[in-house]
Amino acid sequence: MNFLDQIWLIPLFPLFGAALMLFFGKKLDPQPASDVAVAPGTSIDAEARRRGEERLLGSAQSPSASPRLRVNAVSRWLINLICPGMVLLSFVFSVGAVYQLWQLPNRVHQVVQFTWVAGLPFHMANGHLATFQADWGFLLDPLSAVMILVVTGIGFLIHVYSTGYMAHDNGYYRFFGYLNLFVFFMLMLVLANNYMLLFVGWEGVGLCSYLLIGFYFHKKSACDAGKKAFVVNRVGDAGFILGMLLMMSVLGTVKFTDVNAILRSGQFPMETAGFGVLSAMAILMFFGATGKSAQVPLYIWLPDAMEGPTPVSALIHAATMVTAGVYMVARSAALFHLTPHASMVVAVVGALTAILAASIALVQNDIKRVLAYSTVSQLGYMFVALGVGAYWVAIFHLFTHAFFKALLFLGSGSVIHAVGGEQDMRRMGALKDKIPITHWTMFVASLAIAGIPGFAGFFSKDEILWQAFSSPLGSNLLWAVGLTTAGLTAFYMWRLMNLTFYGKSRVAAGTHVHESPASMTVPLTVLAAGSVLVGWLGTPKLWNMGAHFRAFEHWLAPVFPAVAEAGEQSSSTEWALMGLSVAVAMIGISIARYFYLRKPEIPDSLEKTFKPLHTVLYNKWYVDEIYDFLFVNGLSKGGGLALGSFDRNVVDGGVNGAGWLTRLGSKVSIWWDTWIVDGAVRFTAFFVKTLSYPVCLLQSGRVQSYAFFVVLGVLAFFGYYIAR
Amino acid sequence: MDTILFYAFAVLVLGGGILTITRRNAVHSAIALICSLLGVAGLYLLQQAEFLFAVQIILYVGGIMLLFLFVIMLVNLDREANERQFGKGWMVALAAVAVVGAEIGYFLYRGRDAFHIAEGGAVPGAAALGNTEMLADSLFSEYLLPFEIASILLLVAVIGSVVMAKKRI
Amino acid sequence: MHPVTTVHYLALSAALLLIGTVGVLTRRNIVVVLMSIELILNAVNINLVAFSHAFGNVNGQVFAIFVITDAVAEAAVGLGILIALFRNKETVRADEIDLLKW
Repeated sequence: MNFLDQIWLIPLFPLFGAALMLFFGKKLDPQPASDVAVAPGTSIDAEARRRGEERLLGSAQSPSASPRLRVNAVSRWLINLICPGMVLLSFVFSVGAVYQLWQLPNRVHQVVQFTWVAGLPFHMANGHLATFQADWGFLLDPLSAVMILVVTGIGFLIHVYSTGYMAHDNGYYRFFGYLNLFVFFMLMLVLANNYMLLFVGWEGVGLCSYLLIGFYFHKKSACDAGKKAFVVNRVGDAGFILGMLLMMSVLGTVKFTDVNAILRSGQFPMETAGFGVLSAMAILMFFGATGKSAQVPLYIWLPDAMEGPTPVSALIHAATMVTAGVYMVARSAALFHLTPHASMVVAVVGALTAILAASIALVQNDIKRVLAYSTVSQLGYMFVALGVGAYWVAIFHLFTHAFFKALLFLGSGSVIHAVGGEQDMRRMGALKDKIPITHWTMFVASLAIAGIPGFAGFFSKDEILWQAFSSPLGSNLLWAVGLTTAGLTAFYMWRLMNLTFYGKSRVAAGTHVHESPASMTVPLTVLAAGSVLVGWLGTPKLWNMGAHFRAFEHWLAPVFPAVAEAGEQSSSTEWALMGLSVAVAMIGISIARYFYLRKPEIPDSLEKTFKPLHTVLYNKWYVDEIYDFLFVNGLSKGGGLALGSFDRNVVDGGVNGAGWLTRLGSKVSIWWDTWIVDGAVRFTAFFVKTLSYPVCLLQSGRVQSYAFFVVLGVLAFFGYYIAR
Repeated sequence: MDTILFYAFAVLVLGGGILTITRRNAVHSAIALICSLLGVAGLYLLQQAEFLFAVQIILYVGGIMLLFLFVIMLVNLDREANERQFGKGWMVALAAVAVVGAEIGYFLYRGRDAFHIAEGGAVPGAAALGNTEMLADSLFSEYLLPFEIASILLLVAVIGSVVMAKKRI
Repeated sequence: MHPVTTVHYLALSAALLLIGTVGVLTRRNIVVVLMSIELILNAVNINLVAFSHAFGNVNGQVFAIFVITDAVAEAAVGLGILIALFRNKETVRADEIDLLKW
């Protein structure tokens, strides 16, 4: 079967699963009376837990349970079949499609379903006429091939893990529905053939992130975290949309193939002088990526997102959604290639994020928080790679990071499950023998992330450090920051390991520590194997191990413009740097071991000595408080106050003023009426009276005076005749 | 002879008139008026208006003046005799009348020669018919209508005076 | 001595008229005022008769008869009004009867 032509099915399977769950799930898995999804870590006493365990049917293990939960085994089995099954189908189809893509000489395959947005012609910035059009089309090329394999493969493993982890929670169908919906949107994102459709997936994964972070919606902190994630994402999306519209205006199209063709054709010169319109476009789209991939300044939502269930943290906030930003920037490689200043901004932001997040992770006590900041830090690495022009290296680190970070999160979920919901590392310890599988898989993942040679993380991280050092767009400062961050990474990871698994047990009394069920441990094992093996796909050129061991770079070569080789760097420098990074990692590991295993009192004394620094780091550099002050209180509340006072003073003042004017007008009208109109009437009467007064005086009432006037008249009459 | 009679009657008339308007006592004024009216009657006779002479005596003196005297008696004007009898503006009235008199005098002076023709032709045919007959002829043929109207006027006057004088209508 | 012409009669008539007018305008006693009006009417009669004698026809005398008739009627009614007035106001003073004053 021609998998390539059916790539539209790949996102459709999880969509179907999500639709089934969200429309019919309630019938399938009726909830108990109280729809409270009990989050691990909320206070349920051990007694109730044990009672819940006894009442559980069909499950070998007995993790923490709500006392009032009744599990419908058949419906659960059905859901377990449908949802992970859909993702498995997608994975199978993805593998088939990628295999067939591999066979093609020209490894690009585009399938356009239909024209989605057909717009009117408009004038571009340079005056040419263009038609805005976005298809519902899928593009399979090496880059999207890597992404769909990661999304569906790791997604499937996490679905399987969730069947075990969420077994005792309400809202089972809802969880899987949202999870499948997320996979659908993520696949739309990576398979899209134009920026508009990518944005559909972009927004969709943001939506699912909100839904899943706020999964335990009865908990206020979860709801707040979900809102925060969505709002911060939206701030970034504003930049993305502006960048996309600018692209429309300047280039006339948003289709990847067309955009790349235009940019590589030489129509636009490389903007080495300063920031031009292409740089503006690049930086706007990068701003969107900072929101999605949790870079400075929009990373603040990721640590709070740990309110969601652990599988969600693993899938969305480690392996897939947060890598959407990296994917999008890599997709726009042609654009960033032409704008070295924008690329520098990307690299600097990435480096800053990396070291900032690592510094915060040093002092956090919640196991998931440490891993969240670790994610932010590693994403910073990926952006450093993108910034210095080593696009395939960023994707490679994305690839390896997906494995070991998902493993770390799932493992931490297993640990939390084991100690009955406790997430604070200060109340763990000496769990090594009690939960061996979890311990050994997490051990592998920690080695990988610390950058020990042979494990996946070493290859990708080392390549990034080398590119930061040697690339024309890189600098020594970037390399130094990256190296320091690597040391910090090793330190805090091994601090986590020591506090959680080694040393003395600080677990609360009465906790029954038990290993997780097979549904949870099997994915852990698979991911651990991946953390070891996948790194060997991208060995350094220096090691000269043959083309197969550099398959990753060659696979992705057609997609990216060639990285300018830094020929003058000698191989000895590279060996030296490699050794240095390994040494730094080993130093970090040994210091952590010394602090937390041998002499546990040292961290406490250090904390007391450097109390101010510790406080700042513990409070995440007060960034949340600053944002609160500036934006939340400043803009919205302050703006609300300003607008409120505007409304009171200006708008209401205007209305009151209109009322005052009306009253004034009425006063004038009264005056006019009294003095002018009535005055005219009264004046007429007065005038007549005044004129008639002399005449009145003549009317004396006496007849003789009337007769006198007759005589006077005669006199006048005769006088007239005499005078004539 | 005519001249002397004329002047005698003229003095009677004018004197009576002046006395009428100046006497304090109303009865004296009435008597003076009677004298004046008698003088006027004499003047009528001088001008060969015998009928008018008779009518004047009978009607005016015998009728109207008697009426006046009765009324004077009715209103009992004794008290009046002690009070001022002329109105306040008598000087102004006198002046106005004097001016009118001057104007009339002027007219008369200017027209004193206008009546010669009349003077010449004395009374043609006066001896043929008597004055009363001529008057009757004219009154009952040419001036019949005014005559009838005058009689109605008298009727109205009678009724009016009766109504006026009644105590209650 | 001059012969008595019509003008003499006219002058006499005018004089009597003026006397009568003065009486009407001046005297406060209404009865005397009415008597003065009679004077005026007689002056008119003298005038009429003089002209009748001058022109030789009786028209003037006829008119004089009507004047006398009129004077009779007017005197009767006037005195009746006077009596009615006296009954109401107890006075025959002309300047005290000013009810129609403005």
